Amino acid sequence: MLNSRKRKIRWTFVLFFTPVALWLLLLLILPHFELLRMSFVASEYAGKSGVTLENYFGFFKEIIYWRTFVRTAVFSVLVTCIVLAISLPLAFYVTKIAGVKIQGFLMVLILLPFWVSELIRVYGWMILLRESGVIGHFMIALGLWKEPVEMLYNDVVMVMGLVYTTLLFMVVPIIGVMESLDDSLIEAAYDLGAKKLTIWKEIIIPYCMPGIMSGSIIVFMIVLGSYLTPKLMGGKSSLWFTEQIYNQFILYFNWNQGSAFGFLLLLLSSVIIWIALRMTGQKLSDVVK
Amino acid sequence: MQIDLSVRNVVKTFGDFAAVDDVTFDVETGKFFSILGPSGCGKTTLLRMVAGFYEPTSGSIQIRGKEVAGVEPNKRPVNMVFQHLALFPMMNVADNIAFGLRRRGERGSELNQKVEAILENVGLPGFGNKKINQLSGGQKQRVALARCLILNPVVLLLDEPLGALDLKLREHMKVELKKLQQQVGTTFVYITHDQSEAMVMSDRVAVMREGKFEQVDIPQNIYTHPASSFVAQFVGDNNQFIGRLQKDEKGQFFVVTEDQNRYQIHPPKNLSESNKVEMYIRPQAMMINPDEKWSQLNRIRVEVKSVLFDAANSRLIVTPQHSHKELIVALPQNRQFDHIKVKDWIEIGWDPATAICFSESGIKAYAEL
Repeated sequence: MLNSRKRKIRWTFVLFFTPVALWLLLLLILPHFELLRMSFVASEYAGKSGVTLENYFGFFKEIIYWRTFVRTAVFSVLVTCIVLAISLPLAFYVTKIAGVKIQGFLMVLILLPFWVSELIRVYGWMILLRESGVIGHFMIALGLWKEPVEMLYNDVVMVMGLVYTTLLFMVVPIIGVMESLDDSLIEAAYDLGAKKLTIWKEIIIPYCMPGIMSGSIIVFMIVLGSYLTPKLMGGKSSLWFTEQIYNQFILYFNWNQGSAFGFLLLLLSSVIIWIALRMTGQKLSDVVK
Repeated sequence: MQIDLSVRNVVKTFGDFAAVDDVTFDVETGKFFSILGPSGCGKTTLLRMVAGFYEPTSGSIQIRGKEVAGVEPNKRPVNMVFQHLALFPMMNVADNIAFGLRRRGERGSELNQKVEAILENVGLPGFGNKKINQLSGGQKQRVALARCLILNPVVLLLDEPLGALDLKLREHMKVELKKLQQQVGTTFVYITHDQSEAMVMSDRVAVMREGKFEQVDIPQNIYTHPASSFVAQFVGDNNQFIGRLQKDEKGQFFVVTEDQNRYQIHPPKNLSESNKVEMYIRPQAMMINPDEKWSQLNRIRVEVKSVLFDAANSRLIVTPQHSHKELIVALPQNRQFDHIKVKDWIEIGWDPATAICFSESGIKAYAEL
């Protein structure tokens, strides 16, 4: 009796676990092992063979790769910080200041843009910002500009686009934590003599830290690995490291070099997240909760 | 005597609703002042106005003679112990307590000494490094008090801080809190819906209903000389009789109740013959089978409906002849009345002096009664 029950539980477990395991194994683990193997093999396309570290050395030899890599990292951190700076007051307004009725409406407003694909949203920005775009026409019609100005294809616009596309992934986890923050904690701090800035620094941000960290990790990963927005809005002068990987795979057919770049990017994101967790004293297990 | 807190004609309205309606009172230095009222009577609103979280719609609040209108909560010399204490969960006990002094720019070993001293004062020596979630309910209470007292506020405001504790601990904390207040000498303003808390701890009690103070007095007077029908019902148990006032040829006053019983009373103030009145008699004032020689007593024969044994607070529920009215009679646990059983007929009597009359208000302290 007991035995058969045990077996039953195991079967349901197997039933649910198998698809997940297959998914991870076939689509994530196996390809990564293959890519890892390739990254240590010399490119056949260049007419070489055998195990080598040349693909990794190649990255350090060519200055353009280096620059793109650092640029991508710096901009990803920058975008994450900007998204955080916008999300904190936004989440505070939605959870603490707006009334219960407006709260749901505001959440829909935040979610709504994400029902449209990233590509469409980026093109939306391009229609607004390009030389012959809506804003340009408007400014000339008002007489504020003498001639059309090209606002696209620079770093500022690219950062703005990345902030816009990732905002939701920061706001939602922070709202989740902030909702459980008892208003009387804020009032108590205020009553004990704290100024508004101190309340943010000492009470709200430490309380929301798990939400802030999980939001930051998601946003950072998305930005680091994004391709579309930097490519379309950043233009030729703003190279993103994912474009380098794309070029290696598709343009130069150098899968070995591309794999090496892919693993370097993975290493980069892991190191930066590890540093961030250490700096804020958070544990990964708390953050993913 | 110096006045620490002076509230003059304070009104607070939310839309059409007046949460606090023309309240005036003074609290002297070092006193324990309680505001007692049912939930929704406006007592929390009043307290939050003193703390600075709300601005009064009209009227003035002065703390040690200084008008505080427009002064933000972080600049007022008052501190508040919140209903759910609002201890900061991300800090340890010492950091919670030091929070206020750090805001004033205090640092270093002097601050640590002060924190340790106040922890000692509230009976938690060496608890500085504990986390908030490691503390019991009573310990959290003390930390919340210490966090405010370390700032030496002119007035400490307490918003039903004992509400979350279980009964036994609450009884204990009541006495502790009173002792602590006497020891530190800070002026306390305490709000509660629990009359026992208000009675035990306070020097003065204000009874509040629908945004107004019904009576402000020492606890004994609130109980023995309630100023209104509401206070008579809300504070302690009471038996209510509704009837009409009568005066006989000798000038003595009687209340003739709806079931045509006639009870003598002492001449009531501000009431005249044939007024409709509410008469209140405490269960403790009702004597069971009183001695025949006390001729001045009002006496009625009643049937015992139930015996409610509750140790020192035991009571009988009785019904007079030809009536369905239920009365509560205190049942002293001195073994003298052990023979009383349900369905027994007994006589009860009370001195006319113990009855209190108000003109009929129709107010019910508890809607379900």
